[in-house]
Amino acid sequence: MNMRLRRLWGMIRKESLQILRDPSSISIAFIMPVILLLLFGYGVSLDAKNIPLGIVIEQPDTAAQSLAGAFDRSEFFRPQRFAAIQQARQALAERRIDGILWLRNDFSSRLLSGNEAPIGVFVNGVDSNQANITKGYIQGTWQAWLQHFAAAQGRALDLPVVMEQRIWFNPALSSRLFLVPGLIAIIMTMIGSLLTAMVVAREWERGTMEALMVTPLHMGEMLAGKLIPYFALGMGGMLLSVAMALYLFDVPLLSPFWLLMLCSALFMLVSLAIGLLISIVTRNQFLAGQVALVVSFLPSFLLSGFLFDIHSMPEWVQIITYLVPARYFVAILQTLFLAGPVWPVVLVNAGAMLLMLVILTVLVVKKSYKRLD
Amino acid sequence: MGASMKHDVALSFRDVRQTFSGGEHALYALDGVSFDIAPGRVTGLIGPDGAGKTTLMRLACGLLRPAAGEIRVQGLDAVAEPLAVQSAVGYMPQRFGLYEDLSVQENLDLYAELQGLPAEKRTARYDELLHMTGLTPFTARLAGRLSGGMKQKLGLACALLRAPRLLLLDEPTVGVDPLSRRELWAIVYRQVQAQGMSVLLSTAYLDEAERCDEVLLLHQGKLLGQGPPADFSAEVQGRTFQVSAADISQRRLQTRLSQAPGVLDALVEGETVRLVMQQTGEPAAPDLLPDLNDVCIRSVAPRFEDAFVARLKIRHAAAATLGGLNLHIDASGDEEVIRVHGLVRRFGDFIAVNDVSFSVCRGEIFGLLGANGAGKTTTFRMLCGLLPASGGELSVVGHDLHSARAEARRHIGYMAQKFSLYGDLSVLQNLRFFASSYGLRGRVQDERVQWALDTFELADYHEANARDLPLGYKQRLSFAAALMHEPEILFLDEPTSGVDPLARREFWARTNALAEAGVTVLVTTHFMEEANYCDRLVIMAEGTVLAEGTPREMKARARSADHPDPTMEDAFIQLIEQREPGEGKGRKKDEKK
Repeated sequence: MNMRLRRLWGMIRKESLQILRDPSSISIAFIMPVILLLLFGYGVSLDAKNIPLGIVIEQPDTAAQSLAGAFDRSEFFRPQRFAAIQQARQALAERRIDGILWLRNDFSSRLLSGNEAPIGVFVNGVDSNQANITKGYIQGTWQAWLQHFAAAQGRALDLPVVMEQRIWFNPALSSRLFLVPGLIAIIMTMIGSLLTAMVVAREWERGTMEALMVTPLHMGEMLAGKLIPYFALGMGGMLLSVAMALYLFDVPLLSPFWLLMLCSALFMLVSLAIGLLISIVTRNQFLAGQVALVVSFLPSFLLSGFLFDIHSMPEWVQIITYLVPARYFVAILQTLFLAGPVWPVVLVNAGAMLLMLVILTVLVVKKSYKRLD
Repeated sequence: MGASMKHDVALSFRDVRQTFSGGEHALYALDGVSFDIAPGRVTGLIGPDGAGKTTLMRLACGLLRPAAGEIRVQGLDAVAEPLAVQSAVGYMPQRFGLYEDLSVQENLDLYAELQGLPAEKRTARYDELLHMTGLTPFTARLAGRLSGGMKQKLGLACALLRAPRLLLLDEPTVGVDPLSRRELWAIVYRQVQAQGMSVLLSTAYLDEAERCDEVLLLHQGKLLGQGPPADFSAEVQGRTFQVSAADISQRRLQTRLSQAPGVLDALVEGETVRLVMQQTGEPAAPDLLPDLNDVCIRSVAPRFEDAFVARLKIRHAAAATLGGLNLHIDASGDEEVIRVHGLVRRFGDFIAVNDVSFSVCRGEIFGLLGANGAGKTTTFRMLCGLLPASGGELSVVGHDLHSARAEARRHIGYMAQKFSLYGDLSVLQNLRFFASSYGLRGRVQDERVQWALDTFELADYHEANARDLPLGYKQRLSFAAALMHEPEILFLDEPTSGVDPLARREFWARTNALAEAGVTVLVTTHFMEEANYCDRLVIMAEGTVLAEGTPREMKARARSADHPDPTMEDAFIQLIEQREPGEGKGRKKDEKK
């Protein structure tokens, strides 16, 4: 037993020294998370702001001016005036603006008589997602102004249905709040799978694996010796990301910290197991990197629900997402941060990750033996 | 543990077979190999690349499972109990198994931990091994920053930490400078004497066979013989001679002799040509060289290499000629075609090539001799224009190839150190590709390709993918590809590294023929004895030129009362020892017993 611990300690110390001396390990674990978080936290936003909108007013009376003013004041729009609809259409075609609000010369009279939709709206539908958002914001602004206008006129607005929205868990609908927790899963995948796959493959390539094997070292000790330092490295990267999420991006953490750590540790192990498996099978750094990118990193990015909603994917793609461990972890992260410990969600997803871990561990143990053939 | 048990056999193989996977016909890496190795001796596993040496080593330490047969290591069954075997042996794989980003001390600590060397014994063992290997001043240095010879000794120290009963060393001396090689042998023998250790050491250097107590000769997966090296040499007793003649260059003399009747092998050796005859009895000069006077034939003691060649060589005199090379070269005049002055190349703060100067005349074979890491390949790459120089001047046929237009590159042919043809293309496709990349088309291309297939005896393999060729044939194909456009200057980077002695002879025969045809040849090698093929050479170590001159001049410098007839290796070692005692060099003198 003592000997076993000795050998394990030898491996851990060696691996840690290598991590500390290899600038690429440190940068993947600590610099890349910062860059990714800053990029996604500040740069990428799925919210629409400052939408360039063309406004055409054919009869500039009080009501029309008031409505245009409401759009001017909105933070969602950056309106430009056009004298005629033809010019606005031209601008839309040239993609200088994303939408047109068209107030015809009978706008005020129709508004006051209250029979038909008095405004014309054009939206560039090339990017359907953006189009929907633009349309929604135009509608919202229009209705808000209408209510305001009616109140000012001293009469109730006779709309058939008034919708009142209440958005839970992310009341400001800020995409940052769900991107940042999801990003933690991506970062941990990078460290766990990509980095680990490369470093173990490196041992094969440089011939050091051969020297390690002709020592009393057991395969289990060797795997543990690899896993433990990279587990620590991965959790370090994760803590850094969480700290940035909480203090830089003001993402709330509505669950106990230990639960977050526990789930993250579970996901870290799954990622490491994937990385180990890849490196054991490929034994080649370049190939290991490519395989890790394709089977681990890209699916985590595209199919985990971190960036793209799983429910709006075609059914067969949805089935594939069940094979992506990050899918479960992203769900847990978003829940733990934004909604609090919703146990059914946490337990189901953690259970799925545990199952994956068991299967992967069996595969790793089966595939790793102290032989070269 | 059974470590204290006495075994009268350190390692035994019984009818061991190992197959390569793939291919319709099963290829044997090892084909029915059986032997016993007695304990307390140094056994050499000798054979060319691809003979199966590494496979045998890996089988012996349980890293591979044999397809058939039984392997016992210190009485343990290597197939059934690989872990027990791995705990009992010390093993140094090729490339030494070191972590280059760990320091010398950290590498030692890791292997001490893994081999279970008790903490209280470590200090004493570290001191002993570090002193023995001369690494004491460098414990804090990263292993990656050590010279090739120091890496090799550190690898050995790591394998020796727990003083294993059986030490397995896979090509420990390849590419390492001769001085370090000598030191390694001294360390190995000290372990055998002090600890009663058994050692199995593989090598492709045939001259090292003579340093072993016993030799296993392996060729193409078959064990050709086992016994003391002298037994092998005895087979060619009375068949080995040295020939010298006036009024003829050694290269021509060798070419003539290799085609003379009764000659099995002719090899340039110093100022003479060494012969191995098919039968015993001194040949008569007029039979060998009918038209030459002043021929001197002297009987010499046989060596292991003579016996090796005698066993394996099938006479093929045809290989020595290079059919219509049709080179349009004016070979007259001592015109300098390559000039290098004060050449420097830095990589970061590492100086790979430091103030190197030499010049090469038309039609010369010019050698760059040195261990791995001496800066030979870097110098080559700068000459070929593949790498810009950090400083100094260089010109090849009047151009700096790095800035010259493609036109200038037509004059040169380059054969890289690693096999750099397309493995997935057939021999024929490779040749066609290289021919067309030099602008040869139509009939000219057909002629050149046919010439390459004929001259290099590749016709039988023209459909085979280059990847599947035996190593010697790969080398022929690379050579042919470099010659497709009839270059007047040929750069050959370590062309003979890892190639078996027979293929090496063939290679040099071709190179000689090229030089005779007026081609200027620049060649790098770490085989000291190959320097004898060169007209002139430089000896390099750690990026600098130690000496420039003809092989005769080099050896003359090393001549002393102790060494009346020094070899190129003696000359090299003397040059290294004479160097300014920079770091790591001064220690070597005190280390000598």
